[in-house]
Amino acid sequence: MTSADRQAEYYVGIKMVHFDLVKELVLALFVVSIVVIGLAGALSSPDDPAVTIQTWATKDPVDFVTTAASELAGTSGTAGYGPPYNSTADAAQAVGPIAPQAWAGVSTPIDTAQDFVLRPLGFAAIGNPTLTTALQAYGAASATQQQSWLTDYSTALADATVVNDEVSVASGDYGPVPDLMTGLLGLARTGALDGLLLSNGNLFQTDFTRPLLFMGDGNYLPNLAADQHLTGDQWGMMNETGMYPGQTWLWLFSFWYQIPPFNTASNTDLVVIILMIVLTTLLALVPFIPILRDIPRWVPIHRLIWRRYYRTS
Amino acid sequence: MREASPKPQAEPSSWTLSIRRLLTRHLPLKNLLPDRQPVYVGSWVYIFGVVAIAGLVWIVASGVVLAFFGPQWWHESGVGRFVNSLHLWSVQVFFVFMVLHLWGQYFMAGWRDGRAPTWMVGVVIFAFSIVTAFTGFVSQQNFDGQWIAVNAKDATNAAGIGSFFNVLNFGQMYGIHVVLLPMLVVTLLVVHIVLVRMRGVVRPIGYKHAAPPSDEERPS
Repeated sequence: MTSADRQAEYYVGIKMVHFDLVKELVLALFVVSIVVIGLAGALSSPDDPAVTIQTWATKDPVDFVTTAASELAGTSGTAGYGPPYNSTADAAQAVGPIAPQAWAGVSTPIDTAQDFVLRPLGFAAIGNPTLTTALQAYGAASATQQQSWLTDYSTALADATVVNDEVSVASGDYGPVPDLMTGLLGLARTGALDGLLLSNGNLFQTDFTRPLLFMGDGNYLPNLAADQHLTGDQWGMMNETGMYPGQTWLWLFSFWYQIPPFNTASNTDLVVIILMIVLTTLLALVPFIPILRDIPRWVPIHRLIWRRYYRTS
Repeated sequence: MREASPKPQAEPSSWTLSIRRLLTRHLPLKNLLPDRQPVYVGSWVYIFGVVAIAGLVWIVASGVVLAFFGPQWWHESGVGRFVNSLHLWSVQVFFVFMVLHLWGQYFMAGWRDGRAPTWMVGVVIFAFSIVTAFTGFVSQQNFDGQWIAVNAKDATNAAGIGSFFNVLNFGQMYGIHVVLLPMLVVTLLVVHIVLVRMRGVVRPIGYKHAAPPSDEERPS
């Protein structure tokens, strides 16, 4: 039996009427064209420029230096992130024995001190005796001494001021750290740090993992996002800058981040991902799930859709 | 002497002919491009799917132009910005009508009478469309794209897919968005449409056999 025969059998007893499928599609395309062209012409689309490390270092040097110091000290968000960037113990999200983040392992190794601070400074130190000396002094110090300098310097940064475009902190024993930070700030302000963090030895670059992680560790980028209602606890995943609709179809995904216990859990992302996978699977399997598949029979919306049929039958 | 009647010629067998017979049996043109439909197909609900497809046509068309001129173009050109706006708004139209279509089919229990695969493929299209749109949003190369990528990495990393699906890698996201996922969505859409056309639209809930139709009402 062909599918045409099956359809003919299925529709026995049902009045068939003529319609024009292609004309319907062309008309739909015409109407959608008017709507899309009208909306695009009248409302355009958002395009706020991306934040660069250069912008960050220029607009908020204290935040930049504070973040850079935390990268050097290994206390930043990225430094303690766990897989796929490093193997920080107990950092990976898990739900009971389900720990896909740990299972995946470290695939994009990031050493924040080396990658974000010391290696770029190594380039900047060429022909710069002050920076060369500071790097040598830092490298020669013990790990305990380095942490002592960085802890004291980071504490002092809480009251830092900007004087003549330089970040100034109260006097203290910070070793070569202020010189390193001044060097990195200068490098960032020229825009060179953007390029150095992107560089991987090839001419063409498209992987922005390192600069984006560095910026994400600071407060400048998240604060800009919060101003635009884009953070996770502001339904941010479904918003865009300005009044434009974003990914509104992620409303359910965003919803879980707004309510307890999800918004206070340390493994929120994994819990929400698992929940959404379960819900999407349930949606796909609705035809086989009692109650879910029966709801349409109980809710008389179908009587509205097929009202002409029910009126005459 | 009587001539022997010619033996009926055996049907030749080949992979090509097998596929042709399969297509003829399951996908006759009459079903793919029908000119008649049941009289109960008379609601706006039936328009939602075709409007979503029209939205997709605009998404692909504007996306092809954006891909041709490269990811920087629309940031620097007024025409490029307009084409990007077409892309954005057609995506919004596509999703609005796809969701309306999904809810419409849910309340019509459109999976009845052997149509469960059609429903399931539809849900898969919805899921992959979300991923496609997501890779587009992180590929914008502006503040939105930058922030969404920084924010979203925590979810992809927590799920363990961050090691091979790095949202901070623009090149990877752009390639997936422009080539792989659109191909997947369009292919699944073709499967979805073929399934719809093979089975025809579902009968109303609680359908009871009516009196036999007259000859002109009988499906031809």
